[in-house]
Amino acid sequence: MTGTHQDASIISNKIEINSLDLFYGQFQALKLVDMSVQENMITALIGPSGCGKSTLLRCLNRMNDLIPGVRVKGKVLLDDSDIYDTSIEVAELRKRVGMVFQRPNPFPLSIYDNVVYGLRVAGMRNATRLKEIAEQSLRAAWLWDPLKAKLNHPALELPLDQQQRLCVARLLAVQPEVILMDEPCSALDPIATMKIEELMLELKKKYTIVIVTHNMQQAARVSDFTGYMLLGEMIEFGQTNDVFTKPTKKLTEDYITGKYG
Amino acid sequence: MSLIGERGVRRILAVTAFSAISALLLIALFILNEGLPFIFRYGLHDFLLKSDWDPQAGKFGIYPMVAASLWVTFGAMVVGAPLGVAGAIFLSEFVPKSVMRVIKPTIELLAAIPSVVYGFIGVMVLAPLIRTQLGGPGLSLLAASIILGIMILPTVISISIDSIQAVPQSYREGSLALGATTWQTIHMVTVRAAKSGIIASIILGMGRAIGETMAVIMVAGNAVKIPHSALDSVRSLTANIALEMSYATGLHRQALFATGVILFVVIIILNSFAIVVLRKRVYKK
Repeated sequence: MTGTHQDASIISNKIEINSLDLFYGQFQALKLVDMSVQENMITALIGPSGCGKSTLLRCLNRMNDLIPGVRVKGKVLLDDSDIYDTSIEVAELRKRVGMVFQRPNPFPLSIYDNVVYGLRVAGMRNATRLKEIAEQSLRAAWLWDPLKAKLNHPALELPLDQQQRLCVARLLAVQPEVILMDEPCSALDPIATMKIEELMLELKKKYTIVIVTHNMQQAARVSDFTGYMLLGEMIEFGQTNDVFTKPTKKLTEDYITGKYG
Repeated sequence: MSLIGERGVRRILAVTAFSAISALLLIALFILNEGLPFIFRYGLHDFLLKSDWDPQAGKFGIYPMVAASLWVTFGAMVVGAPLGVAGAIFLSEFVPKSVMRVIKPTIELLAAIPSVVYGFIGVMVLAPLIRTQLGGPGLSLLAASIILGIMILPTVISISIDSIQAVPQSYREGSLALGATTWQTIHMVTVRAAKSGIIASIILGMGRAIGETMAVIMVAGNAVKIPHSALDSVRSLTANIALEMSYATGLHRQALFATGVILFVVIIILNSFAIVVLRKRVYKK
């Protein structure tokens, strides 16, 4: 796709995807995808089920590596270095590019242990420091006030939307640069969804966010850039306003106006 | 006709189902009936904790056998639990699903080997090895521990694998996405989430080790004495019953039944504990 990001040179690109192909065995799930993600912006990926948007998202922190038989061709540059280069330490990459999943997946541990998990994994043992960061992260996810009195309670006892924000807090604790969100609201009710969306707008001041969503209104509400995918191809990519109000492709227009999807 | 057939089949199945339960009840009643009066007469304390077993002289302290059974079981745990849990972790986390589908049933087949065969291998291979390499009679606490440790592997591995595989994939993904390595993910999330099943597998393995008779008789040496080293010859509670049952009469016979009561109670406690632990899953599936 040429001409979809003409102004890419003006603002700094956090992530740059060049001609990315991905195969699950014989099946090609991504076809020559190009996209750029700008720093401190929210980039949304939309498209019908099975279009490859989650697959693309999972390429950005190499979560696809976990699936046997996956092959990737092309380049994904994070701050200009290829994350598929053999010299890249995958665990280090995932500390920089964190992920929030479709269903809230706190560990079956206490709330506190969930928040500091990433820090402990990174080798931090200083109890005071851990507590400080846990508080900061919970505050940033708007969970400090409701949860400060029950940090030792099991995380799985929380309502779903708090579980999801706990997953955000646990991510913030490791201070990632990019946050990937894979349909983070699909298990939540409208009010909880609204809270997560407000949180995203708050978080983009400090982080770069890429979100996959099924919900076009959500993409329109929160994102700065939108990519529309279909059958593994990036059909259209641009500023959210442009994509939604004057799409250049017939396919995009059909999807956005609800003719299919 | 077909309606009568339906009912008939149902009745037959009901009878067979209840016969299994009633067999269990009858066995329980029988050994309790034979063993409990002896325990009351002789005193539980003297029976369990006195170490003079001399049926001819009317002395029935089974402490040496209790100690032997506990040590043998402990030894079997030391050998079998780490091997089994490590094997289960390796098989469920590092081996492709296709290979696993072959290996798991193969491991479960280990449970189908008759215990006399394990005992035979112990007598022919393990005991001579211990005798020549480490000293002592060879037929010993150590030999019994190793053989039993191997015998409980299928139980430990199979139940541990089931519980590790029941851990939702989303936990692993969540951990890896936070920059944890595979090994950190396994010991900080996966094994912790599967903890109840792993503990249950070890408890069920213990039950199996305490109750095992044939292999232990063959490799443990059967001397009635409190073991002082792993190379000593020992006699377990089960072995004592099996070895003396054929010629025991009167009080002696009752004492053996009382030993059976003790074993019965211990194993029922262990298994109930395992069932409770297995039911208690921290996460929803």
